[in-house]
Amino acid sequence: MELLDKLNILADAAKYDAACTSSGLDRGGRPGTIGNTTLAGCCHSFSADGRCISLLKVLQTNFCVYDCQYCVNRKSNDVPRAAFTPEELCELTMGFYRRNYIEGLFLSSAVIQNPDYTTELMIQTLRILRERHRFGGYIHAKAIPGADPLLTRRLGLLADRLSVNIELPSSPSLALLAPDKKKEAILTPMGQIRDGITASKAEVAVYRHAPRFAPAGQSTQMIVGATPETDRHILTLTQALYDRYQLKRVFYSAYMPVSSSPLLPVAENFKPPLLREHRLYQADWLLRYYHFRAEEILDEDQPDLDPRMDPKCCWALRHLEFFPVEVNRADYEALLRVPGLGVRSAKRILRARRVGPLTFEGLKRLGVVLKRAQYFLTCSGRMMAGLQVSEDGLLRHMVSLEAPALAAPMPEQLSLFDDAG
Amino acid sequence: MPWTQISCQYDGTYPGFLCCVFDCYVAREEPVEFHTPDDMCCSLYPLRTVDTDQAHALRVYRSFAKFGAEGQRLAVRTFLTCLPDKELWLWRLIRMGYELGPKIGSCLTDPTVDRVRKAVWHLEHEAHMYKGFARFSELDGVLVGEIEPKNRVLPLLRPHFCSRYPQENLVLHDRTHSEVLLHRPGPRSWTIIPVDSFQAGPAGLEELTYRKLWRAFYNTIAIEGRYNPKCRMTHMPKRYWAMMTEFQEDWDTALPQVSSLPCKTET
Repeated sequence: MELLDKLNILADAAKYDAACTSSGLDRGGRPGTIGNTTLAGCCHSFSADGRCISLLKVLQTNFCVYDCQYCVNRKSNDVPRAAFTPEELCELTMGFYRRNYIEGLFLSSAVIQNPDYTTELMIQTLRILRERHRFGGYIHAKAIPGADPLLTRRLGLLADRLSVNIELPSSPSLALLAPDKKKEAILTPMGQIRDGITASKAEVAVYRHAPRFAPAGQSTQMIVGATPETDRHILTLTQALYDRYQLKRVFYSAYMPVSSSPLLPVAENFKPPLLREHRLYQADWLLRYYHFRAEEILDEDQPDLDPRMDPKCCWALRHLEFFPVEVNRADYEALLRVPGLGVRSAKRILRARRVGPLTFEGLKRLGVVLKRAQYFLTCSGRMMAGLQVSEDGLLRHMVSLEAPALAAPMPEQLSLFDDAG
Repeated sequence: MPWTQISCQYDGTYPGFLCCVFDCYVAREEPVEFHTPDDMCCSLYPLRTVDTDQAHALRVYRSFAKFGAEGQRLAVRTFLTCLPDKELWLWRLIRMGYELGPKIGSCLTDPTVDRVRKAVWHLEHEAHMYKGFARFSELDGVLVGEIEPKNRVLPLLRPHFCSRYPQENLVLHDRTHSEVLLHRPGPRSWTIIPVDSFQAGPAGLEELTYRKLWRAFYNTIAIEGRYNPKCRMTHMPKRYWAMMTEFQEDWDTALPQVSSLPCKTET
């Protein structure tokens, strides 16, 4: 089989992985090697679906022994199969990297023979890349659940970021759709990677040349919309993963109909829940950068995110007693809670107000999105001039800013008679 | 007594501009316009021709340390932007800097600082985009690439690409400003020089194969069910596409032949 065909098959099989980031690690290039990594990461292209292409995202192989219902590579699926030899994949990566097409390699794999054998294949690829080609760019590797801990450790010493896919947000769903995978089998390597990273950080602090284990941290991803979990459940799980496993990122992937299994949503006319995925990412950002907790964003009365509005606006409208926030006095955390204020503008406000009081004119210059923020801010005790909005009107107005089609009041059937009967 | 208003003529380089600052402070004059000898224009203001003196330029350059880290960054980078009348804005910034010192980094609501900061942001953002979107072709063991930026991004791209390819011979051509970044293996072995014309040789078989592989990968990796052209254009505006391998169908020449668009300046 030609390299081009293999690339087509194995990139096609890998495309449902959401993560394609090259961030979290700053490593300069050294003479004699090739490649560096930057803390913020770097996008090299954007595919037709608008997702960033930063890494060469391929599978080592798509021969699989498992039969997970949601997965395009399940063994009962009739698709062309292929496998890269380690040398081929290294040549391809280096060729792309030198031409500045990619920032590194995202290596995942279906399980061929058994998890140990698969991991060994991946280790072999990464070793050739790091040792023979002296590649210093970014490598993201998927840890295979069920592989020997020693093999996972060797994988982590070669890669920059490791990830273990949690796949589905609850163990009943997992038992239903991925009978070969157990929740424990997924969480065990996750815990092992976390401990490995902590130990490696401590070692590097003492000995500068100590080997680095997954220096860019670990991440995970789950499929949204294939199973009936609520957004609240997903967010709480996400928060637990950040707290307990110190993950760098949790990725969500809207379910795409790749299978006609009776256990999954019907493929005909199925719309992937892209808006829901977007709202989940917004909520995820609130957890990571805006000092929010999952319990604040959603509670039992409201288990799902409002599709009409971003989660921060929703929170603000439910907590009007928190507002207005005084721009010239409020602390950083309070500023971050204002809709229309982000991390950057909040930091700019802190810096700018040292030299003098801020006005709405000044806020506009700082890059604050006043069309949302104006309702929640005062500058030196004054609201924006000429602003008068009622509580109910505020909701409708905020919605109309984002999605004009959803803003109109719900249509209602008029009746000529009062409840007859 | 207010400073005399003059029109400043200099050689168009950054050291030349720094000498204007030096001379204006010595003579207590306020430049209201800057131009280079090539500009065909006449002015009602008295003309002062400034000769470039490296020692003077260095003195002014070093004095920017007084502006604090943020102020210094603005004072150094504004000259690379495509801001209209950048010299004048930079002159105003420098005068403010000498007056306020490191505090200038916090005056984010000041109109001058605001204008300059946004121009520098545009420059840095464009440089960041080109870190990803620049494409190289291997021609006889040399990596050759071309870009068409609005701002002069080469000095900002230089550290990144030198660190990324320490063992490679590298040529990156900036079409808009007719400059080229050259790099070869070894410490500090790089330079940015102006060029009159730039022509790369034909691509070899291996190069063509990799281009084909990359286009195949690019087309495969998109999920059809999530097709979202608007999102793609937001993240990757179309002006970058002309130079990118994935959008060149049967392109077997050395580098793409596209008509150079006139540089639209941001206002």
